[in-house]
Amino acid sequence: MEAHASTAAAPRGSGFRLPWVGAGLGRGTVALYLSVIVLLPLAALVSQSFEGGLSTFWTQVTSPQAVRSLELTVVCSLIVVVINAVFGTIIAWLLVRDEFPGKAAVNAVIDLPFALPTIVAGLTLIALYGNESPVGIHLVATRAAVVVALLFVTLPFVVRAVQPLLIEMDRDMEEAAASLGASNFTIFRRIIFPNLLPGLAAGVALAFARALGEYGSVLLFAGGLPETQVSSVFIRSQIESGNNTGAAAVSVVLLVASLLLLAAISLIQRWSSRHERSTSGNAETGLTVMPMSGMSPTEKEVDDEDR
Amino acid sequence: MRTANGRRGRWSLRALGLGYLTVLLLAPLVVIFFKTFEHGLAPPIEAVTSPDGLHALKLSLLMVAIAVPLNTIFGVGCALLLVRHRWKGNAVIDSIINLPFAISPIVIGLSLFLLYGTKGWFGPALSEAGIEILFSVPGMVLASIFVSVPFVVRETVPVLQEIGTEQEQAASTLGANAWQTFRRITLPAIRWGVAYGIVLTTARVLGEFGAVSIVSGQISGETETLPLFVEKQFTNFNTAGAYGASVLLALLALTTLLAMNVLKRKEDA
Repeated sequence: MEAHASTAAAPRGSGFRLPWVGAGLGRGTVALYLSVIVLLPLAALVSQSFEGGLSTFWTQVTSPQAVRSLELTVVCSLIVVVINAVFGTIIAWLLVRDEFPGKAAVNAVIDLPFALPTIVAGLTLIALYGNESPVGIHLVATRAAVVVALLFVTLPFVVRAVQPLLIEMDRDMEEAAASLGASNFTIFRRIIFPNLLPGLAAGVALAFARALGEYGSVLLFAGGLPETQVSSVFIRSQIESGNNTGAAAVSVVLLVASLLLLAAISLIQRWSSRHERSTSGNAETGLTVMPMSGMSPTEKEVDDEDR
Repeated sequence: MRTANGRRGRWSLRALGLGYLTVLLLAPLVVIFFKTFEHGLAPPIEAVTSPDGLHALKLSLLMVAIAVPLNTIFGVGCALLLVRHRWKGNAVIDSIINLPFAISPIVIGLSLFLLYGTKGWFGPALSEAGIEILFSVPGMVLASIFVSVPFVVRETVPVLQEIGTEQEQAASTLGANAWQTFRRITLPAIRWGVAYGIVLTTARVLGEFGAVSIVSGQISGETETLPLFVEKQFTNFNTAGAYGASVLLALLALTTLLAMNVLKRKEDA
């Protein structure tokens, strides 16, 4: 790893590089692509939200329905990330430190919410917890449905963010603590938890961002009643009733929240890579790594770490 | 005492973790499969092979056929620029690429709706030129590309960082030109990372609902992808159709999972 890092840092002429003109052209193309696909639409959104000036923006964002939907979204998302932080850590621990039959299958299934379309996630939950529930639990059109849907779609984030840290963790400290008479709880609190904290924080931030913006699964399962209307569903209803400025204003609030969370994730990563001299060379290039999209670490990586 | 405690702790953690997964993930999935085929194979298959269902499937595949190649080419090129060419602007590009991960699909849909709408910046000029973006396929393609921009970049960057540049240097010393070096050395080395990114991009494009639902107008048989078809069937109380199309999408998701696992293993090998 060290060797790679130093060659990557070697001066010009190393490895496959685009010729000077090519690099310039490439940058131009990348900038154009991102502008047309991502930046221009977002600029149109922000511009629309301030179309009637700052006061209109403020009126729209502070309308009782908008505030109610934002409150519901934030409260449900907070509940969800706390629950998934606890269960995500437990599941990651089971996958790394425990042995049980079917472990590989469980490890693969964790990524299912990433792969499953959100509308299918909603319908799947309705099949079990809907009005024709085979187990007699009826959650459709309740706030509990919002929470369950968000738990479903954000499940993998914490697991996948914590798992690699658990794999890398040196067990000597835990054994030392145990031999000095520390209880399991003390070992977890004083040794394991501080080591997992950066991954946990990044996973929680990503899960929170996802929960704030989730639409498909909540739409069918929680419905659009005023008391179960999360912000994304509220935005949709505003578009349908022709209030584009109102929809855009609430969208800008969500957009700002997303930007803040992304900034937080990048800070967390910088902070943790400074602490432990990251092996992947991210500290050097400053590029972000997303603990998402099912980066399930395999046994092989464990071997590599040990060697 | 300690071991007894430890054993009890281990079992309770297992019960908690696996119980949670069962209640949240596995049980609902089993029930939806069961409910779909409760009255035999015919109802769900009929629903999916109805004209609207088939059209939705075709349109979903069209989204994949356009968005995935574009984002793959962009992703590999962008990853090369980010890793191999130091530049002040890289940090900005890197942050912009992460945006679609964090932004609500509804917000993405609304942004496109406003940009290309009748009162938007581009809408009037484009409709004068006879090009309709909203409520037609181009708008849906733009939404699909937006939501799936990051995957190939994010999966390729770490692989590029890890393979280093020694082999590429050797190739160019031996007289290979830039394109030859890329095709013969770099691309084979990063192929599993790129493939992993492609799988994630495909899954996201196939499943995208929120952004596409806003720009498409959800016209049955015209601008309806499979996820939109699921919603329409469900709100029209045609549960057989909704469940049938859902199971089709779920099977595609399971295939994705399988591909992810296979590719992950190849990448590590």
